Amino acid sequence: MWEYSEKVKDYFFNPKNAGVLEDASGVGEVGAIACGDALKLMIKVDPETDRITEAKFQTFGCGSAIASSSALTEIIIGKTLDEALAITNQDIADFLGGLPPEKMHCSVMGYEALRSAIANYRGEVWEDDHEEGALLCKCFGVDEGMVERAIRNNVLTTMEQVAHFTKATGSCGTCVEGIEEVLERTNAAMVEAGELAASQAFVVGAAPVVGRKTPRNSPVVALTSPPATKMTTLQRIKLIEAELEALRPALQSDGGDCELVDVEDNKVMVRLTGACVNCQLASVTVQGIQSRLAERLGTPVRVIPVPSGH
Amino acid sequence: MDPVYLDNNATTRVDAAVVSAMLPYFTEQFGNASSIHAFGAEVGAGLRTARRQLQALLGAEFDHEIVYTGGGTESDNTAILSALETQGGRNEIVTSTVEHPAILSLCAWLEKTRAAKVHYIGVDARGRLDIDAYRKALGPRTAIASIMWANNETGTIFPVETLAALAHEAGALFHTDAVQAVGKIKIDLSGSEIDMLSLSGHKLHGPKGIGALYVRRGVRLRPLIRGGHQERGRRAGTENAPGIVGLGAAAALAQEHMEDENTRVRDLRDRLEQGLVQRISHAVVTGDIENRLPNTANVAFEYIEGEAILLLLNKAGIAASSGSACTSGSLEPSHVLRAMKVPYTAAHGAIRFSFSRENTEADVDRVLEVMPGIIAQLRQMSPFWDGESKTRTAFTPTYA
Ligand SMILES: Cc1ncc(COP(=O)(O)O)c(C=O)c1O
Ligand code: FES
Repeated sequence: MWEYSEKVKDYFFNPKNAGVLEDASGVGEVGAIACGDALKLMIKVDPETDRITEAKFQTFGCGSAIASSSALTEIIIGKTLDEALAITNQDIADFLGGLPPEKMHCSVMGYEALRSAIANYRGEVWEDDHEEGALLCKCFGVDEGMVERAIRNNVLTTMEQVAHFTKATGSCGTCVEGIEEVLERTNAAMVEAGELAASQAFVVGAAPVVGRKTPRNSPVVALTSPPATKMTTLQRIKLIEAELEALRPALQSDGGDCELVDVEDNKVMVRLTGACVNCQLASVTVQGIQSRLAERLGTPVRVIPVPSGH
Repeated sequence: MDPVYLDNNATTRVDAAVVSAMLPYFTEQFGNASSIHAFGAEVGAGLRTARRQLQALLGAEFDHEIVYTGGGTESDNTAILSALETQGGRNEIVTSTVEHPAILSLCAWLEKTRAAKVHYIGVDARGRLDIDAYRKALGPRTAIASIMWANNETGTIFPVETLAALAHEAGALFHTDAVQAVGKIKIDLSGSEIDMLSLSGHKLHGPKGIGALYVRRGVRLRPLIRGGHQERGRRAGTENAPGIVGLGAAAALAQEHMEDENTRVRDLRDRLEQGLVQRISHAVVTGDIENRLPNTANVAFEYIEGEAILLLLNKAGIAASSGSACTSGSLEPSHVLRAMKVPYTAAHGAIRFSFSRENTEADVDRVLEVMPGIIAQLRQMSPFWDGESKTRTAFTPTYA
């Protein structure tokens, strides 16, 4: 089991401020039951002083999620909203005497809920950049802003860290490319701002992604072989379409579906739907489609799932 | 208070009698079985007895059908890799979505590196294999079908004899990962169509790091580990004499207690399960109730998360496990429960209690005593719990 600090254990076994806060003046909710954790943070603010006078939480999640939520309420009570907004997830982790790296997302959840609750109190629409398209990881409901904040606040430079702090990429892995882009872009901006050494910055494809839950780049059957030249592009697309069509009934019977988005050299972009609900199957599906297409085309292909809604 | 250990599918305590049987092989009888002198000969005799003990538990016709390995994982790997080599021209594997990672990770790797084609057969909501899909997946390209005898998370038992016969109709080999079944339910391989079977010592009160692969006489085996001539050239490396002797003693004890396991232990399990469901609302038993291991109960508690439950149980001196994402370091809940399409509201809160012959009525009483309080405490904190009226609260997360 995890090595939790004494403080984490204490805040889990004897959580402070658990429960519902009647007539809360601001409520922040993040996460979802499907993701494995969710937090509802309720705050009461004194309009005169702008201070948080009371805070309570309800959390669905593991020991460190509950401890982080409880710690958060302890940290913010008595603070002004501006002071509270200056708190980062690292402050929550520090307050608890540290969290196992794989559990840092619990502190990020608290941080996000706090921002959300304050925005709710101020009557702001939280996340002006949060449109449909900005949701990067469907499995864990993670949007671009959250990934960016986690990267900046914690100086993250690897995909594994991003998974630990946000959970993004931790399940079906279809969001890996999108998250890689954000990590690269954010790191580059941090280098520019002098917050990060250029040598540390993440660059897509520069280093192998390590870690237990390695976010899977779709495996390439054989990288070096050139795309087929025998068939015309149109013939290839037709064949790919026919193959995918043949595969759809099987996917649909599992509650999923798949459609062809684009074909570019040996890359086949497909959109999987419904499949994220059953993430392990999604990666199996992608591999299955890939080997079937490779077999039929007689050349290696790389099947790249693109998130729906794009 | 003594701790209550209900995680016997993870591993078991080595039986005291097993330890005593093993000890001399560390001290007086430390010889190498291959040596010509007296030290070696004595060890050889001990190993032969152990082999017969395991043979008897499996009902295997010949003692040389047993190949000792370093555990269940090695046995699984050996079986599948061997089949791909001996079954010329066949590169497909048929397996299930609910296998142990010892099979699933290997298959994923074979797909990537050896262009093997793997058919993953799904299960229904009770965890039962889709036999039609299994039948359809078998074909002239199938090298081996590998389906577990019993699932480690839910205890669900698969109809392995039928599955083996179907595999043979397609000319394929049949392997079963029986790591959870051996020692818990009666197994009789004489006259069976099963070609290969994996088992592991530490699941039946034997030592860790020792296991065996049963290979039916006449089935060709390519060794996974090459070197000396031990195990008739099928698994090289100086025999793990204490381990083999321990596994033999454990097998003999398992046979002796088989009746107990299937009556008293089963009753304990049933009493716990029924007691939990009666005392706690929104608790569901998962798996194939009618057809599962006598020792395994998997109960999902809705609207709360498994690791939190386990931490509180642990504080109360009770050891159980969960397929919950949070305990495994993975971010997804159990692949078994997901394959069964157990809803997320419950899958995250699934707890496995696995018994052994060492458990008692008092153990069950303890769990029944503390569990309702633990569940209530966590539900009180859950934003999804709205009292016994059930219905989810008006929780509207930003991105549900
Ligand atoms: C079904 C199943 N197969 C294989 C294994 C692996 O066995 P071992 O730990 O001996 O390698 C286990 C044990 O966790 C198991 O439950
Ligand atoms: S893991 Fe991010 S979309 Fe599935």
